[in-house]
Amino acid sequence: MILRLIERAAVFLVSLAVSSVLVFAFMAVLPGDPARVALGVNASDQAVAELRRQFGLDRPLPTQYFDWLGGLLHGDLGTSYVSKVAIGPQVFDRLQVTLWLVVAGMVIALVVAVPAGTVMAARHRKVSGFALSAVSQVGVAVPAFLAGILLIVVFAVKLGWLPANGWTPPAQDPGMFLKQLILPALSLGLVQGAVLTRYVRSAVLDVLREDYLRTARAKGLRPFQALWRHGLRNAAVPVVTVLGLQLATLLIGAVVVERVFVIPGLGSLLLDGVSNRDLLLVQDVVMVLVLAVLLVNFIVDLLYVALDPRLRTAS
Amino acid sequence: MSDVLTVRGLSVKVRDTMLVSDVDLTVGAGERVGLIGESGSGKSLTALSVLGLLPEDVHAGGSVRLDGVDHELIGADERRMSRIRGRDIAMVFQEPMTALNPTMRIGDQVAEAMLIHKTRPKSAADAAAADLLELVQLPSETRRAYPHQLSGGQRQRVVLALALANDPSLLICDEPTTALDVTVQALVLDLIVRGVMDRSSALLFITHDLAVVATVCERVLVMYGGRVVESGPVGEVFTRPRHRYTEGLLAASDLDTNSRRLTTIPGNVPPAGKFPSGCVFRTRCAHATALCEETPEWSGTEARGFACHHPAGVADV
Repeated sequence: MILRLIERAAVFLVSLAVSSVLVFAFMAVLPGDPARVALGVNASDQAVAELRRQFGLDRPLPTQYFDWLGGLLHGDLGTSYVSKVAIGPQVFDRLQVTLWLVVAGMVIALVVAVPAGTVMAARHRKVSGFALSAVSQVGVAVPAFLAGILLIVVFAVKLGWLPANGWTPPAQDPGMFLKQLILPALSLGLVQGAVLTRYVRSAVLDVLREDYLRTARAKGLRPFQALWRHGLRNAAVPVVTVLGLQLATLLIGAVVVERVFVIPGLGSLLLDGVSNRDLLLVQDVVMVLVLAVLLVNFIVDLLYVALDPRLRTAS
Repeated sequence: MSDVLTVRGLSVKVRDTMLVSDVDLTVGAGERVGLIGESGSGKSLTALSVLGLLPEDVHAGGSVRLDGVDHELIGADERRMSRIRGRDIAMVFQEPMTALNPTMRIGDQVAEAMLIHKTRPKSAADAAAADLLELVQLPSETRRAYPHQLSGGQRQRVVLALALANDPSLLICDEPTTALDVTVQALVLDLIVRGVMDRSSALLFITHDLAVVATVCERVLVMYGGRVVESGPVGEVFTRPRHRYTEGLLAASDLDTNSRRLTTIPGNVPPAGKFPSGCVFRTRCAHATALCEETPEWSGTEARGFACHHPAGVADV
């Protein structure tokens, strides 16, 4: 079991190292000189060379890479070439906003998918199961930004129940924070929930066919008790896999949804960075997103081991 | 001697296809009864209808009564059936490899059988589970193990332990040793017989293996095509079979090596719902005549009888 954990941790660290090289290399080969961008097209070559030296861009690439990486390991994300502001605190602030969105979206997805998928599986031959299937099929087909716009039109514009956009930190005004969180979280969560529902359904269907569920019934458990006590944990293994992949999708979805709802999250920061040609900022944000995705995958691996004792021996 | 289980006119069907018809079956207190026949003869469906665990779309009719339970078991709701399952009737299934929950410790799965019916307080259930595991000759550390760490034979002993946990009045075993190595079969059979004898539980033992029935059971019912074709004490049925199917079955399992060819019953068991009218065996029977197009009446008593127009053991006229 310990071996298995070490193995997963090693995979996580190696992937992280490889992806940091890739992110750095990708930004390095992109055309466009940050110093030229910062000074404008009319700046003299001498001024540009001077700024390059200040930024440290005249050093060999490996040196630049390790310098950047060393900074990251100490939590120092560098200073923007464009705004001359430290990037770390910005990313940290924006990350909190995005995390709220992603976590709220995930919670909504789970709250929708687990009961709906289970009911669909348990009643797959009945009308109620069929109806839920049809609804989730529609949900799967709707992209998050469209869901967001529809939600704004209905709940903000027509009904006026909730604000159409904006963001308030929870510490400042919890009520307003929740009100503004609901619509963007719903537009992220409902779509993901519809997708997840289908995976929950098939996982539960598989478990319902298992012999050990019949053993559980033969012991004297009623069908739902048997599913709850013996099916849930077994069905969770495939669902957790999808959940990990979905968290990555949610991060991407958040980029778009933040735009629709005018929320100052990591996604908005990334898009601003791209339009301002703030290369180091983009590089840092991408690296943070990569770290988040890898971290989620690592946690999923640990969850497998926790859920399924058969995986506790190293492969 | 009162009967623990009384089955009358049991029929099982899926949509319009009859899978089991007119099965009468009684099991006395502490009695060990075998149910034999080829695959597709309706043995397992009979057992599952007693427990009320038939698959969706498969429905049972007729009557199943259990001593000490004041209601009919066929058609009883889940709430009532779940109180009986695992407490009054327990079951051991054929496939031990998949019968246990892979994510739950063995001890917890055994203890759960008692906790569901509150036959032991929570504090005593774990110790009782350890005792039960010891009873089926598994070391007490097995409690901490997960199913994948055990062999098929060990898992089947765990299933037996949890089936015996509440001293059921009836234990049903559906081919419990078929999936096991020959070397562990004898041990598991021995544990089953000892388990039911120690508790004075009755046993309904389903198998296609005549030798197993001969060692385990006192009385036997032979099933073919969803019907009981012959019944009687094991010694009598096996030495003086009356139904032509039983006769064929015995000939096929005869291990007399003098004959060069294996004896078989000609033809195959027809698929469900494709059995002939009248005597279900007539399409494979060497003795069949036009008379066999009529369903043969039951001759003899329920304890010893058969349903055949041309029974074996009488001089041909």
